Amino acid sequence: MVGMHDNATSDFLETLKQKRPGLLKTFHEQLRESASVLDDRGWEKPLASGRVSVASQVGHLLEGTTILAAVYKDGVIIAGDRQATEGFQVGERRIQKVYEVDTYSAIAIAGVAGPCIEMAKLFQVQVEFYEKIEGTMLSLEGKANYLANMVRQNLPMAMQGLIVIPIFSGYDLKRKHGRIFKYDPAGGRYEEEDYYAIGSGGKDARSSLKKLYRSGMSRDELLNAVTEALWDAADEDLGTGGPDFLREIYPTIKVIDQTGISNVPDSEIKILYTELFEKLKQ
Amino acid sequence: MSAPYYVSPEQIMQDKEDFARKGIEKAREVIALEYQNGIVMVAKNPLTTVFKISEIYDRIALAATGLSPEYEALRVYGIQQAEIKGFTYIREDVMAKWLTTLYSQQVGGVFRQWDAKPLEIELLICEVREDSSSNNRIYHVSFDGTFWEEQPYAVIGGKADSIVEILDQEHKEGMNIADAIRLAVKTFEKIESEVDEEERYEIVADTIEVALLDETRERRKFRRLLHEEIAEILTHET
Repeated sequence: MVGMHDNATSDFLETLKQKRPGLLKTFHEQLRESASVLDDRGWEKPLASGRVSVASQVGHLLEGTTILAAVYKDGVIIAGDRQATEGFQVGERRIQKVYEVDTYSAIAIAGVAGPCIEMAKLFQVQVEFYEKIEGTMLSLEGKANYLANMVRQNLPMAMQGLIVIPIFSGYDLKRKHGRIFKYDPAGGRYEEEDYYAIGSGGKDARSSLKKLYRSGMSRDELLNAVTEALWDAADEDLGTGGPDFLREIYPTIKVIDQTGISNVPDSEIKILYTELFEKLKQ
Repeated sequence: MSAPYYVSPEQIMQDKEDFARKGIEKAREVIALEYQNGIVMVAKNPLTTVFKISEIYDRIALAATGLSPEYEALRVYGIQQAEIKGFTYIREDVMAKWLTTLYSQQVGGVFRQWDAKPLEIELLICEVREDSSSNNRIYHVSFDGTFWEEQPYAVIGGKADSIVEILDQEHKEGMNIADAIRLAVKTFEKIESEVDEEERYEIVADTIEVALLDETRERRKFRRLLHEEIAEILTHET
């Protein structure tokens, strides 16, 4: 019979490739079929020949902006603003850039929204798929390495301007502390000991955290630092959204410790920003 | 070359059925029954490595008995199909009825294939309700691929019929989780007490497997109980 006796792989990407090859057609394959940016041999025409990148050919794409993660004494906090830009316009005010992967980890994504959200979704399914098939959870580092592979597979898209840059963080149950992994578009995976931020306002958030961050902070101390860093990013960078008191839209902040992942509720974030603005006025 | 012997289709199917039944008679039983917050599944299983009850998708679990390599392949197949469907459309579109039909096709397909041995398995596909406007579902798939819905409990394995008879008497609506597990265990014990002593299966916390589909949980409703938790429930017999 079809299907039942196929290889019992615990890799969801492999399963999709075997059973629904059309669904996972890479952007590169689609380009090859449309052929507009490929030469006669099916190779990519060099950008130097005056051709512009696909990203600029298809018009404005939604782009996510600032995401960050920081370790505190009991775990890790991962956060992101809620705005996506479309050129110089606000494209979306309530976009979600931070996703829960499983009980002990989360992914935040900066870059072009479409492929970003797709990668986060696929990664989440993969981690859960593995857990169910194998009957055991992937280690935090195992998940981080798998994600590196996904980012590397996205390289042809990144070359076309459709860049996806994740931050992956979680609570390591073996080492008993929070950990942060950052990536480059070539699939390079690097661990950060204390904090990291990326996206259009990432540098501003990093500069802010550089002054505010201390190792061994408590949850509340780090929450103050994180909200301030996101505010600095929103204040300096046009792409990053700040707290929106009018529409009640606040940054996403998730806390992961040994008991698992939890959302910091909007009501708490609202208070943090109200206090921060009081402090800044003085 | 000599001509092959003629065997009538009736005879072939009868032989297959006899073969499968003989296999399932030896299979250890699994009970799925509704309780206050969903469905609890209890299996006789002395192993801690091969599970008879497993998570398939957010609200769906599979309970199986018979030959473990056969139902293990079906378990993996079910997870793959469910995840592909959920990824293609949306998670809510993955339903037990659909999955049961797939299983029915697989199991029935093998049964009707002329040169294949029938699968010596039985399956229960359990689904906890989404909200109070819908119902819990338990689908029973037989070795020949036929399936039907059962409520509020279902049993697979060798002595399934005798267990159902006891549950007909004892099962009450809205039992709490501890009572539901104790009822399943008590039923197993009653059945075992009729077996010769040397062949008797000892029912203790370490030799049974218990898992829940609990509607009060977050997205993933499935939870496997630890042996310590089972022991705790069994020692507080009321």
